[in-house]
Amino acid sequence: MALQLDARGPTTPTPGRPRPSQAGRLSRIDAKYSPYLYIAPFFVIFVIFGAWPLAYTFWVSLHDWDLLGSDPAFIGADNYTQLLADSDFWHSVVNTLGIFLISTVPQLLLALWLANLLNRQLRFRTGWRMAVLVPNVTSTAAVAIVFGVLFGREFGMINWMLDLVGVDGIEWKSNRLASWVAISAMVDWRWTGYNALIFLAAMQAIPRDLYEAAAIDGANRARQFWSVTVPLLKPTIIFCVIISTIGGLQLFTEPRLFHSGTNAIRGGPMRESQTMTMYMFENAFAPYYNFGYGSAVAWLLFALIAIVAAINVLIIRRLGSSARPPEGKRKGGSR
Amino acid sequence: MSRLWRASPLTYGALIAAGVLSIFPIYWMFVVASRSSDVMGQLPPPMTPGGNLGANISRLFANTDAYFLTGLINSAIVATTVTISVVFFSSLAGFAFAKLRFRGSNALLMLIVATMMIPTQLGIIPLYMLMTKLNLNDRLPAVILPALVTGFGVFMMRQYAGQAVSTELIEAARVDGCGTARIYWNVVLPALRPAAAVLGLLTFMTTWNDFLWPYAVLNDPENPTVQLSLRALSDGYYQDMSQVFTGTAIATLPLLLVFVLFGRQIIGGIMEGAVKS
Repeated sequence: MALQLDARGPTTPTPGRPRPSQAGRLSRIDAKYSPYLYIAPFFVIFVIFGAWPLAYTFWVSLHDWDLLGSDPAFIGADNYTQLLADSDFWHSVVNTLGIFLISTVPQLLLALWLANLLNRQLRFRTGWRMAVLVPNVTSTAAVAIVFGVLFGREFGMINWMLDLVGVDGIEWKSNRLASWVAISAMVDWRWTGYNALIFLAAMQAIPRDLYEAAAIDGANRARQFWSVTVPLLKPTIIFCVIISTIGGLQLFTEPRLFHSGTNAIRGGPMRESQTMTMYMFENAFAPYYNFGYGSAVAWLLFALIAIVAAINVLIIRRLGSSARPPEGKRKGGSR
Repeated sequence: MSRLWRASPLTYGALIAAGVLSIFPIYWMFVVASRSSDVMGQLPPPMTPGGNLGANISRLFANTDAYFLTGLINSAIVATTVTISVVFFSSLAGFAFAKLRFRGSNALLMLIVATMMIPTQLGIIPLYMLMTKLNLNDRLPAVILPALVTGFGVFMMRQYAGQAVSTELIEAARVDGCGTARIYWNVVLPALRPAAAVLGLLTFMTTWNDFLWPYAVLNDPENPTVQLSLRALSDGYYQDMSQVFTGTAIATLPLLLVFVLFGRQIIGGIMEGAVKS
């Protein structure tokens, strides 16, 4: 994860060189100021449509703000105190964390394993890579609908297969834990192959002689995997964990379309799999349009993402603290 | 000794299992899409395509709840516009960061990298209020505008420009009297083409798939994106599953086509990005 911020071409324009003509002055102005013009669109659009709305969400969360919003009353932390006493909110927090845990842990372990399989002398190399990546390029909404049918109570294929081996059908949509498992299966189906390719790329960057040295020391393959590969992948694993945390805790499309009907935004009849983003959506948009309350949900989710990401990084740092990442694998481009 | 481990039959067995798991739901989607509407009650479930695809497609496009054709057209408009914009602005900014010297460039680049970690989707409530104020609710610009730039795109193009664009060539163009804008257009952009293609493909697929924000801001059922059409089909009172699956299959088809044609480049882009970032 080395951000090579100092990798710059050897020669760069020298604006100070004396060149007395009019064209020379124009070109100096061009060289000095045009870069700002070229990066400005990103910042302007991002501030207006990304950063400002997120920050303003906090301001809105301090108000009793509805659709008309002509003169919203400032109510301080009232939305937050109300939320903390709201059992539906806590229900969505537990759902979000539960689905996150059930999906992320197996997903990253499977991805590591899959990457290890792909990191061999294989025939049809590109074919295998495409096969594991194809779930990632399908339409999320489409897949959620398909999985909703696969996990159907009466005629779903999963229950049919369970029935073949003598297991009673499971209420995938109205049993809370079962719905978490089904949604996690959907998330993992989509993201395991993608993460495997990221891990594979990092594995290929590991020098082969490290394995030779380990082999000479008598380490078998499993031992080599856990003592050479995994520690050296740590920066990549941290990266994947953070990305999975940010994405996983904001889960919306999969649980929303896993359920169908008029109350699907509640994630099942008893809110079995309503995530925090769904709860934000339910409150903030049709039919309630309670912008203030929804914004408070958004900010608490924001805080939760930051906390969980920090905890994850701490855990992973500690797990592999015996091995050190190689030189030059600096994170975040610290100079 | 410096070779990769050999793949054992067990390796291939495991990979085949992974491949089957990956592909099966997509395959089955097309199976149901090609069968008649009583397919859902059949056990064991049918595993081979039927001959009803044409009839399902015409019923789907005639469905007055889904506005499926409008959805397809809208999604094509949104995804194409966003793709062109992201590739253009990203290559422009990436060029500036990689090849031009200016004050604060490192700090600004770090800022852009940091934006990739910000869950901007949590800002959709004020974004909705903004679009209401601009009178863009229920209209496509509301979906397009926030997606016009991505930090990921700028970062990716900057990484690629750093290695792919020859500094000598830029210097030569400068000596010939080219301004930075012409250098960008005549020297940099052609050199960036491979990375621009990958960024374009990834952006197109992400935008085509986008659901949460369009769902929030496009409330007019007659003007959906294709993903919202799918939502309308799936939430319908009377569910005709072969018709719904025909919709999901058609909505997935452009993505699969892109993937089959450019899969190698997409995989290369994802893996290179992983090593460099």
